[in-house]
Amino acid sequence: MKAGAVLRRQGPPRLQIKGVTKRFGGVHALRGVDLEAEVGEVHALLGENGAGKSTLMKIVAGAQPPDSGELWIDGVPFAPSSPREARERGVAMIYQELNLCPHLSVLENVTLGRETSRFGVKQLDAARGRLGQVLTDLEVTSFRADTLVSGLGPGDRQLVEIARALCLDATIIVFDEPTSSLSAPDVERLFRVTRRLVDGGVTVLWISHFLDEVKAIGNRFTVLRDGETVGRGDVLQTSTDEMVTTMAGRSVSEAYPRSARNPGAAVLSVKGLAGASAPRDASFELRAGEVMGVFGLVGAGRTEMLRSLYGLDPMVSGEVELRGAPVQRPRPSRWVELGVGLLSEDRAREGVALELSIADNVTLSSVRRLANRVGAVTRRAREAAAEPWRERLSLRASSTRQPVRDLSGGNQQKVAIARLMECGADILLLDEPTRGIDVGARVEVYRLLDQLAVEGKAILMVSSHLPELLGTCDRIAVMYRGVLGAARPREEWTEDAALAAATGGTS
Amino acid sequence: MEAEDPTTPGRSAAAARQVADILGPFLGLIVVVALFGAVAPEGFLSVFNAKTIATQTVIVGLAAIGATFIIRSGGIDLSVGSAIALASVVTALAMKAGLGEVPSALLGVLAGAAVGAVNGGLVTLLKLPPFIVTLGTLGAARGAAKWLADEQKVDAPSGGLKPFMSKNPDLSGLPGFIRENLPDWLVLAPGVWLMGLAALAAAFLLRRTVFGTWTTAIGSNEPTARLCGVPVERTKFAIYVFAGAMAGLAGVLQFGRLTVGDPTTAMGKELDVIAAVVIGGASLSGGTGTILGAMIGAFLMATLANGCNLSGVPNFVQEILVGAIIVSAVTLDGFRSRQRAS
Repeated sequence: MKAGAVLRRQGPPRLQIKGVTKRFGGVHALRGVDLEAEVGEVHALLGENGAGKSTLMKIVAGAQPPDSGELWIDGVPFAPSSPREARERGVAMIYQELNLCPHLSVLENVTLGRETSRFGVKQLDAARGRLGQVLTDLEVTSFRADTLVSGLGPGDRQLVEIARALCLDATIIVFDEPTSSLSAPDVERLFRVTRRLVDGGVTVLWISHFLDEVKAIGNRFTVLRDGETVGRGDVLQTSTDEMVTTMAGRSVSEAYPRSARNPGAAVLSVKGLAGASAPRDASFELRAGEVMGVFGLVGAGRTEMLRSLYGLDPMVSGEVELRGAPVQRPRPSRWVELGVGLLSEDRAREGVALELSIADNVTLSSVRRLANRVGAVTRRAREAAAEPWRERLSLRASSTRQPVRDLSGGNQQKVAIARLMECGADILLLDEPTRGIDVGARVEVYRLLDQLAVEGKAILMVSSHLPELLGTCDRIAVMYRGVLGAARPREEWTEDAALAAATGGTS
Repeated sequence: MEAEDPTTPGRSAAAARQVADILGPFLGLIVVVALFGAVAPEGFLSVFNAKTIATQTVIVGLAAIGATFIIRSGGIDLSVGSAIALASVVTALAMKAGLGEVPSALLGVLAGAAVGAVNGGLVTLLKLPPFIVTLGTLGAARGAAKWLADEQKVDAPSGGLKPFMSKNPDLSGLPGFIRENLPDWLVLAPGVWLMGLAALAAAFLLRRTVFGTWTTAIGSNEPTARLCGVPVERTKFAIYVFAGAMAGLAGVLQFGRLTVGDPTTAMGKELDVIAAVVIGGASLSGGTGTILGAMIGAFLMATLANGCNLSGVPNFVQEILVGAIIVSAVTLDGFRSRQRAS
């Protein structure tokens, strides 16, 4: 079947969503979403990170109720109060992190929680027959009903979930970023399976920000931006450029403090870096006194690039030079000695120690230097070391004894950055430094980064938020499916061009 | 990942994998037997001694059957030794009161199940970690046993419970043609037969029943099990009650063996039980562990103790050896699963 050729039948659409809104606290996650998906089509749901795709899908899956708006399945109102109820109405979700029990077989996973039994003894012959039929229909030959899931790769595991959905008679299957962890042959196979599904009358909702993929598999699409439906159309009749423009159009503008900077010589040079699964090929040079941005969508391999560079994940190949000297077998403790600090995207677990005080956090990486003659580190020494940072970063805390847990996200992040500075880092690798912090605190983080760059620090900043990169960086490189493109001065980038490069559209 | 290959694993491969899973513990057992066969006096490699070892396996073996379910579900039970002592005291008191063998044994099993119910109740209702809950009942059940026994051994007629742990059981109850044709090596203590039957039943429970699958699912991925509609709390509760009942049964036989109800018996046995399950291939992170493996593990531990005794090796050497075996079994297992994963 050709993409785009949707069988239009008489009667209501398979899934209809009208005027759905959802707030979390003061944040409008969804401001009014409309969507219509027909029987037997692959309907792509497009949007940048944070556009509201996940929230919408949680509502469809019954995990959260909408604040207002209505949903229908086949013309019948649909207001699921639980995931189970949504499943019974034929909605199956296939999440990025797959929901399987690795120690059970395929058949046991497919039937889990709804086994037929006699006196407690499983009677799975009927289910086995059904599963066999489904696997045959899907042309799956790489595993069977009795294969243990722990022995299967991500592509096969996804097929197990699809098979489970079909055994549950799902009529709407939602894929959340289904290809982000798949190899190229697995993606091809998933496309074949998906076409088979829609030929059989199933409706597939395909959430993705990879436009090439949407072009290949989608029939129609709906675009979300800032929680609103801002566009829809036929995939075949819409160019990727048009899709990109619809996704990118922006309403919020932010202030980006910027001083005049004088980038110097390259201090960190990385050539052909490859990790176990990602990145596949990353090369860049980072200069003193600049902020370099790495843009890419979630799953492009940016975090993996930083982690394998820093020695947190295995580096499969690549050469790293620091100020002209090669760095062999990099590992975190060595990087700290060399004055290179990494800020994790997972602030709560890898950025700060929540239960410890500000003083303890700021001095955590440099505590050895603070030891007195007998090797003890007094609280006074730690507080004395941390105090200047409290003032300099205008931390909103009464004293450095306050536990970091009590601080806002933005102030926690400042503490995390202070820790890197306190241990003498002059090269900073920052992964999503403004994630989950409010606009006001963001601006303070931008100002701090600007100051540090002016002082001559080299900063690499990974972000999914394009405007902040365009606003704060001197140069930007874009990562797409594990490959880092060349860094170009920010003046040469437009939002559309960066987004196109990150989504595999033309650039 | 393997490409699409028509000869990929089906049922036979699943069976082969199960054999491979048990191969490690089994080889370990062979090594231990061979080692003592060479070092220990001749008596070690005799049918009689094998029966002795089998009899010495029973207490830990029965408790390990229950512990396999708990560990497979991702939990842990430290209260096993205390539950055994409590059950043995309860059984003794019941016998002393003249309740007869069957009601006394049932009360013993119930005492163990009650400890399991407390464990399961606290784990599921208060959402406490099983390690902490069973650390609590480790103390509490031991205390209850001492309280009931008035802090001394309970002398009671052991009656029909004594022969359960006898290496030379009285065969007069058996039909004549069986008695005459029974080969010598099959004349085992009835407790060994009981353990064997319990192990077979438990293996069936684990593999073929919904309860067994849910046990594995909870240990493998609890949120997913819940999402799929598995009644996680109810299942966990049942697992702990079942394991408690098995410890209770072990306590009944312990009474038969000692012929007194001893509130200080089976001190530290919980660690032997966990060791047996782990040597048998279970991972403390859940999802794995088989009954056969646990049986081999229990037998291996008993063999080690027996071999050390016979060859006059001091007790401390035996303790060091047990420690080394546990660590190497887990190391090998981790190595193997990493290889399988890649």
